[in-house]
Amino acid sequence: MNTFQISWKNLKANRLTLALNLLLIAFGTGMLAMLLLGMNQAGERLRDNARGVDLVVGAKGSPLQLILSSIYFIDFPTGNISGENAHSLAAHPMVKKAVPLALGDNYAGFRIVGTDTGYVSLYGLELAAGRFWTKPFEIVIGADVARAQGLKAGDRIYGSHGLTSDEDLHDDHPYVVAGVLKQRGSVADNLVLTSLESVWQMHGADGAREITSMLLQYRSRMAMAALPATINRSTAMQAASPAKESARLFALIGIGVDAVRWFAIALMLLAGVSVFVSLYNSLRERVYDLAVMRVMGASSGTIFAMIVLEGTLLTTLGSFAGILLGHGALHAIGYWQGSPQARMDGLVFLPEEGLLLAAGLFIGLVAALLPAIQAYRTDISETMSKI
Amino acid sequence: MLQTSDLTKTFTNGTTLHFPDWTVTAGEQWLLLGESGSGKTTLLHMLGGLLKPSEGKVMVNATNVYALPARALDRFRGQHIGIVFQQPHLIRSMTVEENLLLAQSFAGIGKDIFRIREVLNALEMDHKRHAYPQELSQGQAQRVGIARALVNRPALLLADEPTSSLDNRNADAVIRLLSDLATSERSTLIVCTHDDRVKESFFKDFMFELRHEHISNQLEKS
Repeated sequence: MNTFQISWKNLKANRLTLALNLLLIAFGTGMLAMLLLGMNQAGERLRDNARGVDLVVGAKGSPLQLILSSIYFIDFPTGNISGENAHSLAAHPMVKKAVPLALGDNYAGFRIVGTDTGYVSLYGLELAAGRFWTKPFEIVIGADVARAQGLKAGDRIYGSHGLTSDEDLHDDHPYVVAGVLKQRGSVADNLVLTSLESVWQMHGADGAREITSMLLQYRSRMAMAALPATINRSTAMQAASPAKESARLFALIGIGVDAVRWFAIALMLLAGVSVFVSLYNSLRERVYDLAVMRVMGASSGTIFAMIVLEGTLLTTLGSFAGILLGHGALHAIGYWQGSPQARMDGLVFLPEEGLLLAAGLFIGLVAALLPAIQAYRTDISETMSKI
Repeated sequence: MLQTSDLTKTFTNGTTLHFPDWTVTAGEQWLLLGESGSGKTTLLHMLGGLLKPSEGKVMVNATNVYALPARALDRFRGQHIGIVFQQPHLIRSMTVEENLLLAQSFAGIGKDIFRIREVLNALEMDHKRHAYPQELSQGQAQRVGIARALVNRPALLLADEPTSSLDNRNADAVIRLLSDLATSERSTLIVCTHDDRVKESFFKDFMFELRHEHISNQLEKS
């Protein structure tokens, strides 16, 4: 019987204490693992969706709102801008590429986006079936839209006015599904893409051809400094940088995340104290066990190792369970998540999680050290003379 | 096989105990007598390698026990000395069989289930080998304690007040068992007791008594 087995039997002998300590550590580690994964994935998804877009131009208002509505399709748009203004900006020498967006309608909660082929090439979208739109009222749908609504090329759908509800149906003009996009794991999976003309005709806006916003790509890095200032100062439009706004968004979320993180760390430290108290108390009950083991030939070093092993076994096991718990919870959140734009995946493992295991091991080591030293010093003769 | 010379123990409170020299031949069965406070347990612990004497030496099987390094002394104790205590102090998280397995592995002797069953059989405890200590009666637990002391075939078997927590019938049985088993296992046996029941039933031949003069000697010094 080796030291590991003895320690494990000792732990199992006090099931309630074992369960309490495991729970404490697992919850602390689980929360940290979930935060780590969640923040990592949210950041990755946000960056992924904004890739290739240097600047978003739209109606004046909150720059964060503009970014959220035009890149992540989460918030409401800030308003409309005139097609002419947009057109002249697109012709600006510092602009390499400009993609117009016209929002305003939805189909079963999926946003209908009026745009041009620039959107497709900007995000490198590919077709899984069918073809891209060529005429007004032809649409290309994202993979998730097709799956959720059971649509295929050739089907007809009706859009509704607004971004979420399906009450105000545009039942005079059906859209025809021309193609279905390949799954990308980005917002494009949840979009219904069509031409700008479809959106304009749907709303009978023959005179004033307005768009919601425009995604820009700079021709050179020089534009980064000059162009946003020019737009904000001399036009009725505003320019917002996705990188800057997502950083701001992250900083805002960061306060909450920090609070949760400290709470989780406190929980883990508390678990360490609990392990310490459990080991220390069990030592008082087990003082004869330990002395008898010494009588049987165990060295004081073996006794020391046994107690340290008990502590580290407990916390490492707890951290391991916690990491699994964190992944499970994140996966569950991803499964029932309302906003598919940044769907969480609990099956991705990060190298940083090794640090969580190491932290668990370290806490166990520290918590077990004092009890182990005391066990190491137990005087056999003195203990056994006390009956 | 057991020799002590000039054994002295000074405790931290300044009390000093001197023990007369003692020679025990292999296979003998001795009774160590003395009133409480006479240092019986101290002497027994020194014989068993549990308590380092302040002066003097203990030779077991021609080994100067306290000249061994700490780790070697632990090994030696596990392999050559079996000790039965007043309370068996079995490990509660383990079954009877696992308690004996533990004695084998701590002594550095390989796992030998056959030997465990043999010892348990000799003590008529084989049917309880999967029981946990808390499921045993006092007498049964004491027998497992004896089995644990014997499982590594110790050359020297020490028993410290093995009967004080048992009733007459069990006390008698335990002494008889200790004596019989020590004979059949060819272990040298030393039983330390102040229990008259033990004195009456066995050990007519060899008695080592810690008498009053040692105590008074000690009282004078302190």
